[in-house]
Amino acid sequence: MASSENLLTIRNLHTGFRIKDTYYNAVDDVSINLNKNEILAIVGESGCGKSTLATSILGLHVANNTKVTGEILYKDLNLAGLPEDKFNSIRGNDIGMIFQDPLSALNPLMRIGEQISESLVYHTKFTKEQRVERVLELLNQVGIPNPERVANQFPHQLSGGMRQRVIIAIAIACKPAIIVADEPTTALDVTIQAQILDLLKELQAETKSGIILITHDLGVVAEVADRVAVMYAGQIIEEAPVEELFNNPKHPYTRSLLNSIPQMNSENEKLQVIKGLVPSLKNLPRQGCRFSSRIPWIAADAHEENPVLHEVAPGHLVRCTCWKHFDFEGAEGGQLR
Amino acid sequence: MSFMQIKDLCVHYPIRGGFFNRVVDHVYAVDGVNMEFEKGKTYGLVGESGSGKSTTGKAIIGLEKITSGSIIYEGENVTNQRRERTSAYNRDIQMIFQDSHSSMNPRKRIKDIIAEPIRNFLKLSDQEENRRINELLAIVGMPEDAKYKYPHEFSGGQKQRIGIARAVACNPKMIIADEPVSALDLSVQAQVLNFMKDIQQEYGLSYLFISHDLGVVKHMCDHISIMYKGRFVETGRREDVYKNPQHIYTQRLLSAIPNIEPSTRIARKAERQGVEAIYQTEQHKYYDENGKVYALKQLSSTHSVAMSTQDKGGN
Repeated sequence: MASSENLLTIRNLHTGFRIKDTYYNAVDDVSINLNKNEILAIVGESGCGKSTLATSILGLHVANNTKVTGEILYKDLNLAGLPEDKFNSIRGNDIGMIFQDPLSALNPLMRIGEQISESLVYHTKFTKEQRVERVLELLNQVGIPNPERVANQFPHQLSGGMRQRVIIAIAIACKPAIIVADEPTTALDVTIQAQILDLLKELQAETKSGIILITHDLGVVAEVADRVAVMYAGQIIEEAPVEELFNNPKHPYTRSLLNSIPQMNSENEKLQVIKGLVPSLKNLPRQGCRFSSRIPWIAADAHEENPVLHEVAPGHLVRCTCWKHFDFEGAEGGQLR
Repeated sequence: MSFMQIKDLCVHYPIRGGFFNRVVDHVYAVDGVNMEFEKGKTYGLVGESGSGKSTTGKAIIGLEKITSGSIIYEGENVTNQRRERTSAYNRDIQMIFQDSHSSMNPRKRIKDIIAEPIRNFLKLSDQEENRRINELLAIVGMPEDAKYKYPHEFSGGQKQRIGIARAVACNPKMIIADEPVSALDLSVQAQVLNFMKDIQQEYGLSYLFISHDLGVVKHMCDHISIMYKGRFVETGRREDVYKNPQHIYTQRLLSAIPNIEPSTRIARKAERQGVEAIYQTEQHKYYDENGKVYALKQLSSTHSVAMSTQDKGGN
């Protein structure tokens, strides 16, 4: 389905936050690319760096406390370390962003129509009439009934699902080539979530844009993504086309995650528990396999000294070699107590 | 036998306005809910945001004033009573909150947080109390030195476990769990769910499990009620609701759950659209002219659905 035309290439990206004059990398050596007409999902638990990756792409970090190094290549431009004035012409125009919480992403004092036309004022030479027309067209496109009325309303007058649609309308206003969606449906009910995901997919099929979908919900990934990257402790630990990842997961972390989902037919079984915790940014192991402390029954020599991504099948990359020796048996008994 | 019955529970909030701030209308947050609880079973309460599921839980435990209806606990009417600290009902019904962090006093140590129900309901000496706290921490799998720490020193999953320790401190009969795992990551969620099942088996607890996540509810609950606008649309055993959903609202909810099987994507989208089409065309069958759902009608001994009585012949 996905054509191989490359849209965005990220190479060796490091994003570090300063804590008492030391920079700690929340995103550590991430390399990934986004193709045209593709939904790339980035999954992981909280604290694994997935949102930091998104905000790094859009340059939303405060410069004096963060350090972004590496390459984010978009159309011969390196977005990492791009000066703010140049970034402004890209944000919203070439790359759109959909935020998690629609209420706090919208300005409560501005009418919906104004908020959507904001980026049109910035990036296009539309006249006022053209902008109004485009706003109505966008509201229509994202499936909002009665766009003329909604354009004159304020965010608090809309329901959660409608607000998220408005956010999507803002993100696609200038027909961006890339959309970064950070947990777009986490705050929504399941029925609304299904509608929003369908909408995202339809819009993507229409505009042939590339979407980076950041989520912790593997169900959402299975519904919409074309390719998946699993992140753990700032690194990508597995990357594969969606069917390959769900049918043939390799890395212990991916397999544990998949086993810990309460499934529709898991009534009386025990759920898989991953021992221990995601290490905090300060205590992140900088050497060796970062997952090793959570699967202590795997012998130390099963891990690589400096784990790298290995290609195990076409397009399927796995970090470290510990997956070859991994089974769930050692986890028994030590699950919680 | 059920040890607790809830009959026709209503919680209405007044809307005030106009002259002299008179009551002009009501919000029917919970509108005629009936439930029965048996020992050792888990009851699921599912609904979208705003459906009144949390209000139901809060009304049962007494955090929300009940407008009408009654709660019968072991043959005794305990509705809206000014209950004393020694009341058996207060001791036997406990609650686990969604946001464990804000449910704990940040200035108290874990020891005092867990001891609060013990001090309220049980008369233990300091030594016994200390022993009980150690016991509770062991049950939830935390080290003993945790009791000298403050809530902010723990992670989300640990805090939720402390919340559970506090809830089970007085050996309750029933725990109302309001979205206990919604704020947790997958692997931590699995930990808490496993653990809730463990203590249920050990102590014969009943749960009222309030959640919007149908996957979690299916995993946990024996008996499931689906709520919409303050009323039950469907209630039944797990198999009844998941294998044979009758109400269109239940069908919509079930069809919207993401499946972790990417190959079924297209089929599921078609199913979703099919259900949506039925929903659009056959609304009158399931909702009356005010958009309210009908009264529950029994289909089998365990399964009830809210449907219009006239259309019964057509099904």
